[in-house]
Amino acid sequence: MSSWIVTNLWLIPAVPLGASFIILSLVNSRRRTAAALAIIGQIVAFVFAITAFLPTLYLPGFRAIHNFTWFTFGDQALRIGWMLDPLAAAMMVMITLVGLCIFVFSVGYMADDKNFSRFFSYLSFFSGAMLGVVIANSLLLLFVSWELVGLASYLLIGFWIERPSAAAAARKAFITTRIGDLGFFLGMLWLYHNSGTLLFYDQGRGCLENAGLLAIGASATFIALLIFCGAVGKSGQFPLHVWLPDAMEGPTPVSALIHAATMVAAGVFLVARVYPLFSLGAVNGVTPSLTVVVSVGVVTALMASLIALAQFDIKRILAYSTVSQLGLMMVSLGVGGVAAGIMHLIAHGFFKALLFLGAGSVIHGLHHEQDIRKMGGLRWIMPVTFLTYAIGMMNLSGVPFFFSGGWTKEEILHSTAHWRVSPLPHYLMLAGVILTALYMTRQIIYVFLGSARNTDFQSVRPAESHSAEAATTTENISVVRTDQRPVFHAHESPRVMTMPLIVLALCSILFAFVLTPAWPWFHAYLNGEPARVDFTLLIQPMLFFSLALVAGGIGLGWLIYRRIPDPLARARPGLFRFLENKMWVDEFYEQTVITFSRILARLADWLDRYFWDGLVRLFAGIGQALGVLSKGFDDHGINAGVDETMSGTRGFGRLIAAAHSGQIQTYLGAIAIGMLLLLVLYAWLG
Amino acid sequence: MNSVAFLLIAIITLAGALAAATLPRLIHAALSLVVAFVGVAASFFLLGAEFVGLVQVFVYVGAVAVLIVFTILLTRREVTGERGVNWGGAIVALAVFGGLLWTIFKTKSLALAAPQIEPLTVKRIGEALMTNYVWPLQCIGLVLTAALIGALVLVMEEKREER
Amino acid sequence: MTPTLQLFLIISTALFSIGLLAALSRRHAIFILIGIELMLAAANLNFIAFWRFSPEPHQPTGVLVAIFSIAIAAAEAAVGLALVIAIYRHYHTTSVDKLDQLKG
Repeated sequence: MSSWIVTNLWLIPAVPLGASFIILSLVNSRRRTAAALAIIGQIVAFVFAITAFLPTLYLPGFRAIHNFTWFTFGDQALRIGWMLDPLAAAMMVMITLVGLCIFVFSVGYMADDKNFSRFFSYLSFFSGAMLGVVIANSLLLLFVSWELVGLASYLLIGFWIERPSAAAAARKAFITTRIGDLGFFLGMLWLYHNSGTLLFYDQGRGCLENAGLLAIGASATFIALLIFCGAVGKSGQFPLHVWLPDAMEGPTPVSALIHAATMVAAGVFLVARVYPLFSLGAVNGVTPSLTVVVSVGVVTALMASLIALAQFDIKRILAYSTVSQLGLMMVSLGVGGVAAGIMHLIAHGFFKALLFLGAGSVIHGLHHEQDIRKMGGLRWIMPVTFLTYAIGMMNLSGVPFFFSGGWTKEEILHSTAHWRVSPLPHYLMLAGVILTALYMTRQIIYVFLGSARNTDFQSVRPAESHSAEAATTTENISVVRTDQRPVFHAHESPRVMTMPLIVLALCSILFAFVLTPAWPWFHAYLNGEPARVDFTLLIQPMLFFSLALVAGGIGLGWLIYRRIPDPLARARPGLFRFLENKMWVDEFYEQTVITFSRILARLADWLDRYFWDGLVRLFAGIGQALGVLSKGFDDHGINAGVDETMSGTRGFGRLIAAAHSGQIQTYLGAIAIGMLLLLVLYAWLG
Repeated sequence: MNSVAFLLIAIITLAGALAAATLPRLIHAALSLVVAFVGVAASFFLLGAEFVGLVQVFVYVGAVAVLIVFTILLTRREVTGERGVNWGGAIVALAVFGGLLWTIFKTKSLALAAPQIEPLTVKRIGEALMTNYVWPLQCIGLVLTAALIGALVLVMEEKREER
Repeated sequence: MTPTLQLFLIISTALFSIGLLAALSRRHAIFILIGIELMLAAANLNFIAFWRFSPEPHQPTGVLVAIFSIAIAAAEAAVGLALVIAIYRHYHTTSVDKLDQLKG
């Protein structure tokens, strides 16, 4: 059984990919078939993922690999393969389960979209590619899937292509992550150059095993940092985080699946996967590359949670919180808490998907209103969304005992406390915990508590909400379109959207029970050790300390944000504007990188205009001084020169255009002549 | 191998091909093409690849040539305003011929006689097709199906638009 | 004198060049297809000849490649002729020098 699933592990990504292509080849009108196919594909993948998960439970430290030759060139064979270990198995289950919930949610959320089936095709495609990243046992296969994931992300951010902002955001995401991927690619080439293989594990010969690591030697630091560039781009770490908040232009289920739960976590996964490269030659668990990881993570986490305090778009707040949580995971990996980081990754996948879907439900219920200043008082109108959102918020803020996010955050704080280089990350992360509780409290107060601030939404009382729930969305929209003064009806989302919320909320709570220090089953599972039950570990000073911090954060948030408009904005308007504008990072790039290239262009222009032109003028002047050429030479000579160049360019263009006669026989003749030339060349040389 | 047969086959093949390439009337050219294909099939027989020769006859003479004749019939309404030969094309063709000949004569190892072989039976070809070449075989089947459907779609779609 | 590999290659070269001539110098689209078929036949002749004169003719590789190539050629002919018919219906011509929409 276990060997069967290992050799056929490719089925897990193949099923959603296949579903995606089938949907794409269907006519766009078959909306139901499209959604059903995507969901069935996801269910099959989920069942396979569970089947793969089971064998890893029996043996601690289970690792099965299946390698094969992809193709041979000369005497070199390029081998790829897949692997099944606790890390991959846990990720697979998380991705397929969260994916399934989000697919179902999208049926409701995207019900009115005209490109419904295209959306499901892309979602399935993404899911397949992401599973490919997870099972890869070869850096090459991982990179290929990595790029496919990037492609899916690009397609889905720009899904509403008719909006210019969505198209721009898609481009920004693609180009920004490409900068990181260039580093990743270079690192991969370097790794191949040194170790001669891209397989991670290959019976002692892989690049993450002793022989391979020995061959890599001292350059491991640079390779690891280059690969980390890819992770920085994908996981939205500073300084390449700018694309992630803009990526919220995509449909909300996309934000939940790709830009919160799975794809952005791929960077963290990548670092965890090639961790032996990072930790090679570690003294007390500290290497230069890991220190870089920690610094980047700390800067990202703090910066993003500060910015999140001053955002008003419900999705942007969550986006910045994602950035900050990813930073936290990076910190955890950097200080040596690999298992803690991955645990937080999985828990974060559940609760952040939950939060995003909750936000999607709110946005859907308010007819695509995203500004939290215009919300408020939704707790009665959308009770299910409110409850599940509150659970997600408790998870994210790190409330312990019943919420998985609390335990994993605890674990990460523990690992930072033991870092030998500096205690600074630990204290900064504690500050981050307060900030997280603060901005989540602010958001929940703004969205759900208080009274409705937008008069348009006030028309619905709890008693009426049932009728609003029954009314389909299409009717509501037609109401909006026909009336001059729009009458909005805020309403709870349909069952197809609330069910995934409930499932995800349950997952994030149930998952907490395998994370507690009393029975750290999941931690042991990832590390390949047997788990012990010890209830005394439940009582630790750290736990109470962080509980106090979280309580303090939430209480502080309650005190500050009871009164809306934002007190912070009134007390420190300058600081608030600084945060609201995302610390001017985009503007900074505009001022530096983009301006730099603009200045280069200006410089070239200037050189052309004054330097080279000046040289020509100088010669002209000499000619003039000699009295050989007339006074008008300067103008005429240069003008004529420019004209000459122009007509030359035009003539050349015409020449090239003439070659494109549109006559197929001319092209064929050109091919024949080219072939003849090649033939003669080879005969000559050989 | 019989050199008389070789000479005869070569003359028939090349004459048929030349006629197919230069005759002004399309239908004559198509029929000469059949002759050239039969010649090529005969040279396959001479080389001991009887099966390929038969396939060549079936596919080219039986199917492709008939297809060409049908196409000529379907597009016959046009006045065959065939102007003089395109000399540029002729020169390129000649140059390619010269270049290829030059390389053939330059390669000294080609002047070898045929070794004795046991005849290649259809059974062996079938075995090879079903073992080592089974994937290419499947792919070819797919390509043929796609071409069949593609040809049908190309011809039908236009018809619907006309109505 | 028994025919050598060289002679077969010369024949196939001649066949190829005649095909190229037809494809390059005739106006009618069907002639181009005829030329392409001739060139493919020349290539097949080469495959078979190289197989027959190779040091190990018991490997039927050349024969099989020729068979596959004939199959591809048949597919190509079917699609090509369908294209000719489609073009004829659309432009009412089969003369390729009138089809120059891609002119630069």
